Amino acid sequence: MNFYAVKAIYMFEMARTRRTLFQSIVSPVISTSLYFVVFGAAIGSRITSVEGVSYGSFIVPGLIMLSLMTQSISNASFGIYFPKFTGTIYELLSAPVSYFEILLGYVGAAASKSLLLGLIILATAGFFVPLQIEHPIWMLFFLLMTAITFSLFGFIIGVWADNFEKLQIIPLLIITPLVFLGGSFYSINMLPPIWQTISLFNPVVYLISGFRWSFYGIADVSVGISLTMITLFLAICLGIVWWIFKTGYQIKQ
Amino acid sequence: MPSIIKVRGLNKVYSGGFKALDNVSLAIEKAEILALLGPNGAGKTTLISIICGIVNPSEGQVSVAGHDIVTNYRRSRELIGLVPQELTTDAFESVWAAVSFSRGLFGKAPNPEYIEKILRDLSLWDKRDTKIMALSGGMKRRLLIAKALSHEPQILFLDEPTAGVDVELRKDMWKLVAQLRESGVTIILTTHYIEEAEEIADRIGIINKGKLLLVENKTELMRKLGRKQLTLDLKQPLSSLSPALAEFSLELQKDGHQLVYTYDAAQQHTGIAALMTALSEQEIQFKDLNTEQSSLEEIFVSLVKESA
Repeated sequence: MNFYAVKAIYMFEMARTRRTLFQSIVSPVISTSLYFVVFGAAIGSRITSVEGVSYGSFIVPGLIMLSLMTQSISNASFGIYFPKFTGTIYELLSAPVSYFEILLGYVGAAASKSLLLGLIILATAGFFVPLQIEHPIWMLFFLLMTAITFSLFGFIIGVWADNFEKLQIIPLLIITPLVFLGGSFYSINMLPPIWQTISLFNPVVYLISGFRWSFYGIADVSVGISLTMITLFLAICLGIVWWIFKTGYQIKQ
Repeated sequence: MPSIIKVRGLNKVYSGGFKALDNVSLAIEKAEILALLGPNGAGKTTLISIICGIVNPSEGQVSVAGHDIVTNYRRSRELIGLVPQELTTDAFESVWAAVSFSRGLFGKAPNPEYIEKILRDLSLWDKRDTKIMALSGGMKRRLLIAKALSHEPQILFLDEPTAGVDVELRKDMWKLVAQLRESGVTIILTTHYIEEAEEIADRIGIINKGKLLLVENKTELMRKLGRKQLTLDLKQPLSSLSPALAEFSLELQKDGHQLVYTYDAAQQHTGIAALMTALSEQEIQFKDLNTEQSSLEEIFVSLVKESA
């Protein structure tokens, strides 16, 4: 195991976060605070509670998941796309590092950043609404699994993308709508039956539901299914990454 | 000298069908300077990229210090440093951070004293805290060399290192190359400046259309393929050559004022003495003479033309 290489990639990526502190940390925190103001204060005042939880508190897990998923994808995809774009990937390919070590460096850094961000948003939420975490270990587990899985997904997007438009297209056109329609701001039980059924095809529903369960003990779908879904998604991402490295797709000629 | 790099039957066909390397076999000796010459698109960069692990070979084997580049890539790659042709660098990192990153990537523990030495050797020490985007093209080239040397490689690939750099940097670079060779580093370089290859390399490899045409000791190459010309400035111009001189490879130039004799300097009998006798018999007198040896550039051009 080339620990120095993993550390070098990890620290290099984390240094980028420090350089772009406003974009990486402050900006999502401001956006989340605005969500609290708009959804929590303005709309929340008209909805007293959802399944026994105040609306402001109810949306906290969804908001954390929204930032966690989008930031994991953004950090990991940019991390691997940028060396491809500038050509510095030659150094990575000619170094004595295994694909696993490359993945550990990039995905580890992206997941660390988004995990840190998730915890900052959680702390920020504490200023706006009362928080309660019934299952803290499971909360951290969901947080970690989602950060790793979506960082892997971001890594795949970064490898696949050959221009900046492609880099943005999946997070913008697929992930954000899925998160918004995945019960971030509502319980899917509030939807008409047909939309409840359609929502079950949205994988994000299971992640948000499981994460919310760790906070308040309430869930749209059973926790077991949520865990199965995130494990399945992680396995799919790992499978695709394995194929990318095996074939050298978009990385090595 | 033992071979540090062995290339056997290497082929590379890109996905579009372009054959970049065609059955290339090559042995590179330890601590030598090998210059790879070839026109654009000849396959030089592909060959280097395969040895360094950037491009997958279609067929063939490469070993570095006895380690196969596919099955034992860690051992082979940690011995190699690469300075790429393009100025591919990060933009927002500092010089110090970029060089330290490269050392870590190649599995070496941090060594600030060594990084300082490299930066000083390459006149980059004053720029250590400068962001890469603020460096000039020449400084970026130095940085790429510093990155390639950061993990103390035994083999250094320099892909067109002097392309677009000023005279001062070029001289510094060749001085550094000479120092590295002295310390036992094997250097493989590609260049368009053939006179530089002629000056610095121990051996010359000529590659064209993916085929390695030859690899030869520089002096031997010049001796074998270098032709010599004897030019005689005649007292009286000649309108044509007498049939008695037909056995010699002669050419009339400058409206018959110059007689040029081309001969093989490697041969035991160059034919000069016989030519002088024949000229005397024909009563052809000359007022001056000089000899010229063809340069590496001329050898290169003639070989590439022949293979076209």
